[in-house]
Amino acid sequence: MIDEGLQNEMKKQGVFTTSLQDLYNWGRKSSVWPLQFGLACCAIEMIAASMARFDISRFGAEVFRPSPRQADLMIVAGTVTKKMLPQVVRLYNQMPEPKYVIAMGACAISGGPFKEGYNVLKGVDRYLPVDVHIPGCPPRPEALLHALMTLQKKIETDALTGEKRPRHLQADAPSEFPIPEFGEHDLVPSKNEQLWKPAPVVRNE
Amino acid sequence: MQSHPYLFLVVLTVAALLFALIPLALARLWAKTFSPRKPGPSKSAVYECGLESKPTGWIQFKSDYYIYAIVFLVFDVETIFLLPFAVAFKGLSIGGFAAIMIFLLLLVEGLVWACMKGVLKWK
Repeated sequence: MIDEGLQNEMKKQGVFTTSLQDLYNWGRKSSVWPLQFGLACCAIEMIAASMARFDISRFGAEVFRPSPRQADLMIVAGTVTKKMLPQVVRLYNQMPEPKYVIAMGACAISGGPFKEGYNVLKGVDRYLPVDVHIPGCPPRPEALLHALMTLQKKIETDALTGEKRPRHLQADAPSEFPIPEFGEHDLVPSKNEQLWKPAPVVRNE
Repeated sequence: MQSHPYLFLVVLTVAALLFALIPLALARLWAKTFSPRKPGPSKSAVYECGLESKPTGWIQFKSDYYIYAIVFLVFDVETIFLLPFAVAFKGLSIGGFAAIMIFLLLLVEGLVWACMKGVLKWK
């Protein structure tokens, strides 16, 4: 691993150095292929982001794949109902590693305006490891682009080896998350306990 | 010493093979080292639209469709051969004429058979 100060010094002299890890991450972050998958009105903003005016292809992410086998980013664009959730989790499971999730809009983050609905999931992060949350109802295409840039920054810092390497590089980490089933009253399980660890509610009497 | 006139073909073939195989081998090596395989029941599933595939693919196919196959052959495939037959009619030899007539007879037989079976009746 080259010293960062030396690398900067050499860059000033016109010598560009890189490491295999940086090269790999640069390639990955510049060609994120999202899954072509929209659930509600946020999908319209996602479509707008992929069109000429906002042009998501500036970030190398214009190749929306209709098959999960070829995608590495799932943009959860819209309200996730409990009826739809098993399909969402199954699609995520079918994506090859490394894979990332962007929760787009208030509904995907928390249920949004439909939070009190009996059939609406109160946040997709109960079942999927969300990397970037985008607030908004719906978020503008610029917000989606910002989320993509945030994700690219995250991919940039991924380690290839060592203890801090991400989940997909650990051979013993599971590749699939449990797909919930319809129970008597709610989805079973009602959340993925390993993933969803909300802060405890503190009530001030 | 003079080299073989086709030696360059061998050289180019080897170069083309290496050009294709070396990146594939490198990608395989990279995948083995830095991207552990992680198959699973839903990842290895055949269907990829999010839903589970429910019944098996081993269903009974209705054998009655053979009628459609025969009638299609009579009306469609015959037409394909009739036009070139009509265009080349004047220049045909006796052998060619006999061959196309036998071919037509075979198809007309099928048509007569289908007619007698009552397939062509509009019910």
